[in-house]
Amino acid sequence: MDNDVNLSVEVAGVPFKNPLIAASGTFGFGEEYHELYDVGCLGGICSKGLTLHPKDGNDGIRVWETASGMMNSVGLQNPGVEAFIETGIAQMRRFGNVLIANMGGHSMEDYVTGATMLSASDIDMLELNISCPNVKSGGMAFGIKAEVAEEVVRAVRKVCTKPLIVKLSPNAENIVEMALACERAGADALSLVNTFQAMAIDIRKRKPVFNNVYAGLSGAAIKPIALRMVHAVCKQVRVPVIGIGGIYTAEDVLEFIMAGAAAVQLGTVNFNNPLAGREVLDDLAQLCRREGITDINEIRGVC
Amino acid sequence: MKYLVGEVSVNQQITDDIWVVRVSCEPVEAKAGQFYMLKSWDTEQTLMRPISVFKAEEGCLWFMYRVVGQGTRRMSFLEKGDAIRLLGPCGNGYPCEQIKGRVALVGGGVGIPPLCETAKTLQRNGVTVDAYLGYRDVLFAVEDFEPWCTDMFISTEKGEEGYKGFITDLLKPEQYDVVLTCGPEVMMRKVAAMCAEHDVTCYCSLEHRMACGIGACLGCSIRTKSGMKRVCKDGPVFLSTELMW
Ligand SMILES: Cc1cc2nc3c(=O)[nH]c(=O)nc-3n(C[C@H](O)[C@H](O)[C@H](O)COP(=O)(O)OP(=O)(O)OC[C@H]3O[C@@H](n4cnc5c(N)ncnc54)[C@H](O)[C@@H]3O)c2cc1C
Ligand SMILES: Cc1cc2nc3c(=O)[nH]c(=O)nc-3n(C[C@H](O)[C@H](O)[C@H](O)COP(=O)(O)O)c2cc1C
Ligand code: FES
Repeated sequence: MDNDVNLSVEVAGVPFKNPLIAASGTFGFGEEYHELYDVGCLGGICSKGLTLHPKDGNDGIRVWETASGMMNSVGLQNPGVEAFIETGIAQMRRFGNVLIANMGGHSMEDYVTGATMLSASDIDMLELNISCPNVKSGGMAFGIKAEVAEEVVRAVRKVCTKPLIVKLSPNAENIVEMALACERAGADALSLVNTFQAMAIDIRKRKPVFNNVYAGLSGAAIKPIALRMVHAVCKQVRVPVIGIGGIYTAEDVLEFIMAGAAAVQLGTVNFNNPLAGREVLDDLAQLCRREGITDINEIRGVC
Repeated sequence: MKYLVGEVSVNQQITDDIWVVRVSCEPVEAKAGQFYMLKSWDTEQTLMRPISVFKAEEGCLWFMYRVVGQGTRRMSFLEKGDAIRLLGPCGNGYPCEQIKGRVALVGGGVGIPPLCETAKTLQRNGVTVDAYLGYRDVLFAVEDFEPWCTDMFISTEKGEEGYKGFITDLLKPEQYDVVLTCGPEVMMRKVAAMCAEHDVTCYCSLEHRMACGIGACLGCSIRTKSGMKRVCKDGPVFLSTELMW
């Protein structure tokens, strides 16, 4: 359609017809949104966060609206890697875009076993979610300390035959050092950011809203911080970076690409507007035309 | 399920905090017990709000809502001609086709309006419908039930209108083939327990906080006897015997 503007990008050797990717956990396996529009128009889709074994997720309240955003504590409810390979992949394949499996884990062994299984399956890329609590280190997430993250990425890299994206947590002690550690350990690309650890209190009950006390903040509220982190990381790493965090509009997409991102993910915006994926895509082509951009790749990292 | 733009034709306050909005939109595909995700804002609020269908007519939908927070307050500002976004119909609704004989609808508070379309559908299917409507103090929507119900029972907590006490005090489940309930969880638990005692089939319509409303985010999952279920997609209506409360 918009052959006057080139929106196609490449991430770690994988071609995307446009830079928009549905973010993990906000888009299921694509099916539900496919009832509303052809989700194959997106560059790619990240599966909901998988773990080696099926998980029921957290009890209690799981989603909570906040000023310009929301918090979630879904707790990685998912059918497990095996069920995903058996049925989820075929479901996602019919959309015809880049299929990214997002996987988390609670131990090094789980990450490695899951990555081994997914490497033998028909996915296009693996996105490693290192924001999960590590049972061995008292529940501290793998994505907080660079040394811990480096170790898990190195171990996964050894068994992973698919292009490997490592998804960074903004709660990392130092996001740039974290990015460099993951690059060193063999990541083909980085995606950032996951949700910010946050809290809400129900004053009437005098209790935290979430059973786990803290939960992840996403949406427009985090965008300026996410943008700063993407910018800082892009200045330091050589691997491509996928920008995530509060991206709602085509303007937001251009900001992240100007900050250096190769592609972007849309998460929370899908809840505000279930057609966001398609609408942002349409707007992006028009915006580029208005701004005199003929190839989206020409503005990458201009800031 | 579709994402539609509707036009508000009526938005009226009917009690201190209850409003009714009539929305013209096409197509109207809602079944009894289903809901829509609504928003009358752009990104000022992140999430859409789940509100049940009160009445479905050709070319328009009615919703009855209680103003409890920012989202419903914003909705109460809507005026004739304003646009409103609707995502739906969402959820399974009551299995009206499978229901025969005599039915009790037991509603409490804003759980009452969602039963209105159900009363109509069941009555038109030849089912005998009795309504048990429990209010805090002020009544609403009573006249909307009248055309479809054989008997109606009303209660208020302090006895301003009808029976003084809880609506469950009036219910005799053994008189019915099926009981459908929607309202506060304490009330529905009581109804479910009463039905269980008499081996009467009972369906409950649950509330849960939602983000997507269509089954994608797992923000509304509950534990049931047959595993994790999404209130927005697998529900909101569940057999009481499936629930683990
Ligand atoms: C399937 C379903 C059908 C419903 N039908 C009706 C109806 O017909 N009429 C009616 O008045 N109310 C109904 N509700 C409740 C209604 O969704 C909430 O009262 C409303 O979302 C509150 O929004 P708010 O912005 O005013 O409140 P706030 O407290 O500011 O809302 C903050 C967030 O919490 C959520 N939330 C708050 N209370 C509830 C609740 N009780 N249930 C679910 N989410 C909640 C909101 O959606 C929002 O995401 C229904 C709920 C569900 C799940
Ligand atoms: C309800 C919900 C569930 C999520 N689940 C996952 C997940 O399973 N794995 C993951 O890597 N990120 C998950 N995320 C994080 C998002 O993919 C994204 O990184 C984050 O929300 C920031 O982007 P946004 O502001 O556009 O939503 C989830 C976010 C939300 C809101
Ligand atoms: S609200 Fe998203 S799955 Fe139910």
